[in-house]
Amino acid sequence: MASEPQGQTVRPREGADEDLEKDLHTEHQILNMGPSHPASHGTVKFLIELDGETIIDLDIQVGYLHRGFEKECESGTWYQAIPYTDRLNYNSAILANIGYCLAVEKLLGLETPERCQWLRVLAGELSRIGDHLTRCGAACLELQAMTPFLYGIEARELCWDLQEMLCGARVTSNYVRIGGVKHPMPPSFPGACRANVAKIRQLLKDFDAVVTDNRIFVDRLRGTGRIAKQDLIRYGVTGPLLRAAGVPLDLRKAQPYLVYEQIDFDVPIGEVGDNYDRYLVCVEEMHQSLRIVEQCLEKLEALGDGPVNVDDPRVRWPSKGRVFNKMEELIQQFKAVTEGPRVPAGEAYHAIESANGELGFYVVSDGTAVPWKVRCRPPSLINLQPLPLMVRGALLADMIPTFDFINMIGGECDR
Amino acid sequence: MEDFGSPALRRLLEAFPDALHATHAQHGDATAVVEAARIVPILRFLRDESGLEFDMLADLTAVDYLGESPRFELVYHLYSTVRNHRVRLKARVPEEAPEIDTAIPVWPAANWLEREAWDLYGIRFRGHPDLRRLLLYEEFEGHPLRKDYPKEKRQPLIGPRN
Repeated sequence: MASEPQGQTVRPREGADEDLEKDLHTEHQILNMGPSHPASHGTVKFLIELDGETIIDLDIQVGYLHRGFEKECESGTWYQAIPYTDRLNYNSAILANIGYCLAVEKLLGLETPERCQWLRVLAGELSRIGDHLTRCGAACLELQAMTPFLYGIEARELCWDLQEMLCGARVTSNYVRIGGVKHPMPPSFPGACRANVAKIRQLLKDFDAVVTDNRIFVDRLRGTGRIAKQDLIRYGVTGPLLRAAGVPLDLRKAQPYLVYEQIDFDVPIGEVGDNYDRYLVCVEEMHQSLRIVEQCLEKLEALGDGPVNVDDPRVRWPSKGRVFNKMEELIQQFKAVTEGPRVPAGEAYHAIESANGELGFYVVSDGTAVPWKVRCRPPSLINLQPLPLMVRGALLADMIPTFDFINMIGGECDR
Repeated sequence: MEDFGSPALRRLLEAFPDALHATHAQHGDATAVVEAARIVPILRFLRDESGLEFDMLADLTAVDYLGESPRFELVYHLYSTVRNHRVRLKARVPEEAPEIDTAIPVWPAANWLEREAWDLYGIRFRGHPDLRRLLLYEEFEGHPLRKDYPKEKRQPLIGPRN
């Protein structure tokens, strides 16, 4: 026979239930988050109106990293803008290099050699993997999971090692040139690349094992940051955010540039468009990018050695060996550096699929060697704008993963 | 004026023959130069017309053609996720009254892009609910992407605000 419970039952005092119903005269609180906050990467300030822990409204203040990118571009040659494009989205600098150079090449009417196009795709996809790794890894870090972040960063290091072999720099690549790329692939590159691709696959597997079915991770991501796909389109949002909501828009497929038409890859899409879908889409895109990298390697090996720059007198730079030994080439080099190419008057817009979405460059030339206007259409800025729609009515803690998966990069957002 | 094989330009020429100043398709980008006063009806037409369905405002920016009249040009890049095509619209506004109607009722994406154009070029958008500077701070003097803004200009130092 079970023993009777001992002691006295605790009961609420009389009238306590009525007290809970009373209006407590609470006020909404304004919380400043940022511009530098330990739980967010990116320099941006949020003024959050809170009712308890619930977000009522949100004002986003961007511009802390504004360096006058467009103004600087208007005061140098067309070449001198390329290093500035590195500093837009510093996670995937090569993609910005490619976007800018494709826009200028459109104005010049240049078609780059096939070898160069495959190299650009290869370097760009390595960049994209690095960007997605940062997004997913940093999201884990800000949700208090250090280990997956380290897996992600280790894999990103491998991407950057490869990038270093191509262009000598790990972050600010300055790799792409108008009409070509800086260097051809070094002979040791294909072997190193294959080895690193295998290592990255293993790290993605480890990452997946720790994170994808992790109860805490899923609870924080599932159902948070949801927004209807019509709203995303009305706000001009592109990239993984839009694909996670079920719209299969990828400019590499929709409006192919470079050699993407010849490459076999899939465009993953999500179902409901919450943060978890965004995570899954990014992970799958990394696997697709690895596939693209392998196809590029095969093709580049089949193409063998040869020119990686277009042979056009307007943009051609003589080889360094000749510059140091021949007078004519020295003069040519001097003129190419100090004067820069003259670009015919006109305007052109070229958009590429960057890691965050449509990265467009609208360039206007007045026929001189100095750009009249270089406009960067920044996906980071445009994707950030509907953030209030995603978090209104949600808990303050949901801001963190939602903002992480928007992946606003201050350099590109503020330019 | 020609349509250069672009359905957007063809429909615009049919629907707004008096509001179009020029068209071109330089480097394959279909472009229409339109009357600034008619910009919102034109944008709405492009968004709603079946067969065009430009549901996304990809980009909005301005260009300063210093020395020309009218001086400023607004540039709208539209994209259709349904039809997978693009069109560029341009509208000039004069230096004395750099104003144009806001495109927010057509696409809310225009909100920040118009704030940026106000911030950097000093172009006002009539009907914009919140035309604050976007990238720079309130005390900043001038609009730095104007061609007559000197790059070396010093700005007033501001202290912390609370």
